[in-house]
Amino acid sequence: MKLSQLEPGQSGIIKEFTDLEMSIKLMEMGCLPGESIVVERIAPLGDPMAITVSGYSLSLRKHEASTIIMQ
Amino acid sequence: MSQDLKVALVGNPNSGKSTLFNVLTGLSQKIGNFPGVTVEKKEGFTKLPDNRSARIIDLPGTYSFYPKSRDERIVMDALADKTSSVHPDLIVFVADASNLKRNLLLFSQVADLRIPIIIALNMMDLASQAGIEIEVDELALKLGVQIVPISARKGEGIDQLKMAISQSSSIPTQFSSIDVPSLAPDLIHAIRRDLNIPYPYVALQLAHQHEQLSFLSSEQNKRIEEIKSEFSFHSQQSQATETIGRYNFINDVLFDTVKLNSDPGKETMSNRIDNILTHRVFGFVIFFAILFLIFQSIFAWSEYPMSLIESLFVWMTDIGHQYLPAGAFADLMIDGVLAGLSGVLIFIPQIAILFAFISILEDTGYMSRVTFMMDKIMRKVGLSGKSIVPMIGGFACAVPSIMSTRNIENWKDRMITIMVTPLIACSARLPVYTLLISMVVPDQKVWGFINMQGIALMALYVLSIISAIVVAWVMKVIIKSRERGYFIMELPVYRMPRWNNVLLTMYKSVKAFVFEAGKIIIAVSIVLWVLSSYGPSGRFDAIDEKYSSVTIAQEYPADDISRMVSSEKLENSYAGLIGKAIEPVIKPLGFDWKIGIALITSFAAREVFVGTMATIYSVEADDSNLASVRDKMLSAENPETGLPVFTVAVAFSLMVFYAFAMQCVSTIAIVYRETKSWTWPAIQFAYMTTLAYIASLIVYQLLK
Repeated sequence: MKLSQLEPGQSGIIKEFTDLEMSIKLMEMGCLPGESIVVERIAPLGDPMAITVSGYSLSLRKHEASTIIMQ
Repeated sequence: MSQDLKVALVGNPNSGKSTLFNVLTGLSQKIGNFPGVTVEKKEGFTKLPDNRSARIIDLPGTYSFYPKSRDERIVMDALADKTSSVHPDLIVFVADASNLKRNLLLFSQVADLRIPIIIALNMMDLASQAGIEIEVDELALKLGVQIVPISARKGEGIDQLKMAISQSSSIPTQFSSIDVPSLAPDLIHAIRRDLNIPYPYVALQLAHQHEQLSFLSSEQNKRIEEIKSEFSFHSQQSQATETIGRYNFINDVLFDTVKLNSDPGKETMSNRIDNILTHRVFGFVIFFAILFLIFQSIFAWSEYPMSLIESLFVWMTDIGHQYLPAGAFADLMIDGVLAGLSGVLIFIPQIAILFAFISILEDTGYMSRVTFMMDKIMRKVGLSGKSIVPMIGGFACAVPSIMSTRNIENWKDRMITIMVTPLIACSARLPVYTLLISMVVPDQKVWGFINMQGIALMALYVLSIISAIVVAWVMKVIIKSRERGYFIMELPVYRMPRWNNVLLTMYKSVKAFVFEAGKIIIAVSIVLWVLSSYGPSGRFDAIDEKYSSVTIAQEYPADDISRMVSSEKLENSYAGLIGKAIEPVIKPLGFDWKIGIALITSFAAREVFVGTMATIYSVEADDSNLASVRDKMLSAENPETGLPVFTVAVAFSLMVFYAFAMQCVSTIAIVYRETKSWTWPAIQFAYMTTLAYIASLIVYQLLK
């Protein structure tokens, strides 16, 4: 299951990443394996999405979210 | 001033770093650029309790040392190069207490550079509201640094912070976080040995980033490259391992120093606001309402101060005429310098208003939501969600809008926004459009309520939007960028705007405009004045002689004579001669040499077109006389054919020309300032003029 497939309100725990370069940026922003993520909302036009991770809100594009594999 | 302590502020974006910088330095701050790059450098002074003064440098906010944008590279450049003019004696690390874990990632990287460091723990109030309890003393012991809790917005803890700065140790006290050498033992050893680098983490960073760092010699770069391939160094893998290692360290540190007492199910205030502001219907309605308000304010609120500035200059011109001895010097001062100066200062109200709004939108956190909502559409044409505000501001004036593109972090997005913003129909085009439309479009209603003239004007505005989008899309394809576009962006919590910060932003943007773009605008105004006031020797004297003859004085009233003199002088001035010289080029567009003069003079500002037309057709230009300029222009006949000059085809060709052409020296000056190179303004001028020429040619040839 990819993060991009979650619906608003759903949550999950990060398992791994599929893109090394992207994973570095994501980890810098607090998206680490083992962290839990809540999908807060999807932008009105369907992209990007907003998530809550380690206590704050983060927005990312869907294709970026698709590199995060959830447990 | 060698006694000054050099202090760099380092921290994440949205950590309150800029607020702290403003609190510490106030109006003493200077804005320049970092050496060799276009990144804004903010510097100022603060007085320490021991009467020393500290030079404070605000480094760009970043989440880590591995930079995503050009701005962020500056941080490494400043901190790793001991010889840099901005290399600090002390780092004040600004951390957001409500988001400590992510903030400490950068801290642990900075700490490993072995520069003395203290932590300013900001937003303690927000943290306790969110139920986060931090054992500050315990944390300080674990990290081995001083920690000063502050609230930069409320100005709390600032004296304690200054005390801590003045008492800071000149040798680093921080404990090491992760075992850096173990990340790449042989590589780090080799770089330290060959480049004489004292600290392992600096050596590792050189391996990662040496291509982007400005202070390395080419031999050093070559050596690093050799070492990297010798030990087959994998930069990204090493970054990932390092990041995970640092978070493990941070989790250990925070485990018994930070407690979370909040109810995780409770919906936060920011979330509730987001439910409305990014709602699929209300979100857009509110956004367009805010844009409408900004647009209205730039027009409406600036009207009064702008006319005040104008009348001030009228008054100064009168004084000048009264007290300066008539002659070339008085003309230069009044028509050249003073006119140029008023052309600069007239923009102040619009710049101040636009920046007040932008600063409020940024400060409250709303701008990130706009980006969030608009990103998908804007990305399709090569822009970013953040481009929307500068582009809308372009309806008022491209100058403040181009200044405001600094909010766009991605270099390519920012360049494209700068390149297309001048296509948006700005307010200076309005007098040109209204004059020409009133001449050729009948004031009739269609279906009883739609005004034809209104439709023509609206069509020109729509044209400007379409052209900006198309050009942006073309540039997206052309411009190459090595930066990978990311949209991994923090959505900061909503906060009240800080009003003194709003005022400071207005002040700084106005100052930057007046002093930097102003120089160029005044210079060009003077050149234009010279071109239109002087001609080849002999010609002007001949005109004066002709009109001073007794027969003419008897035939016409004095006012008419002086108008005829100035109109004939303009014709024979260098500008007039250039107008005649370019006539063959602009003839296919339907323009004669008189319009050619206006095209040249209105390069100072588009609305000068009306004034030039007025001078050429010798009527005094002011708003009440617009109708008479119109009448004169309408009655103007082509001396060869005897037909009217301003036909529908000519008027529309001219309007289309003004829609596309870069007829604005202020915009060129500001693009130069913002890109720090003449390449971009040159490209912009070339593409816009080409576009204008081709579009006018098509319009004229079709309508002729």
